[in-house]
Amino acid sequence: MVIRYFAWLRDHTNCAHETISCPAHVTNVHELISHLASQSGGHQAAFADTLAGVGVIRVAINQEFASFDDGITDQDEVAFFPPVTGG
Amino acid sequence: MTDLFIEVREGDIDPSFEIAEMRDDKIGAISSFFGTVRDITGDLKALHLEHYEGMTEKQIEAIAMKAMAKWDLQAVRVIHRIGRLAPQDMIVMVAASSAHREASLQAVHYIMDYLKTDAPFWKAEETENGLSWVEARAADDKAKDKWRS
Repeated sequence: MVIRYFAWLRDHTNCAHETISCPAHVTNVHELISHLASQSGGHQAAFADTLAGVGVIRVAINQEFASFDDGITDQDEVAFFPPVTGG
Repeated sequence: MTDLFIEVREGDIDPSFEIAEMRDDKIGAISSFFGTVRDITGDLKALHLEHYEGMTEKQIEAIAMKAMAKWDLQAVRVIHRIGRLAPQDMIVMVAASSAHREASLQAVHYIMDYLKTDAPFWKAEETENGLSWVEARAADDKAKDKWRS
């Protein structure tokens, strides 16, 4: 599974993308966030607000906006980022 | 068939060139929007824009397709810049052409409203104190409401 981070989430994780093998108990985005947050202090910082139920980050699965309840598989590309600010 | 052109790039936007690309015997209206870097506080050195390559193009295409389904358009042209942009620099251009003005004017407005919230771009402001990420505006989410009818 490829994980991508953008904007300030990447500043925390210190990597733009990483490939992980998805543990069997991780079946949706919620569970993936908990799993990723345990990987390093930076990852913990990136997801701290989300895990505390404050702030909003967005998730995309295979380049489509998704929700935290959506299921994921090892073949997916999952991206985490703040609300967008283009234009 | 609407002629659709979407590009995300570092290079500048030349309005004359882009409008010339849209000239056509069959249209009577070319409408456009140009977004530029503004320095409200007086201490902005530059904006740094990044995006999610692949998803960005897909999202803009999906927005443009919705506009093309809503209005009779001859062409839609969207260019969004990334990288380091100084105050007054062009950030984005959205242009549309149609037989009469109403369709292209509305389409440009619609595409910009959706691009603001659905296209994965992020801005960081560069000042003397370094870089800080720009927060999304609730007003941008609200701007889309006018198209829900």
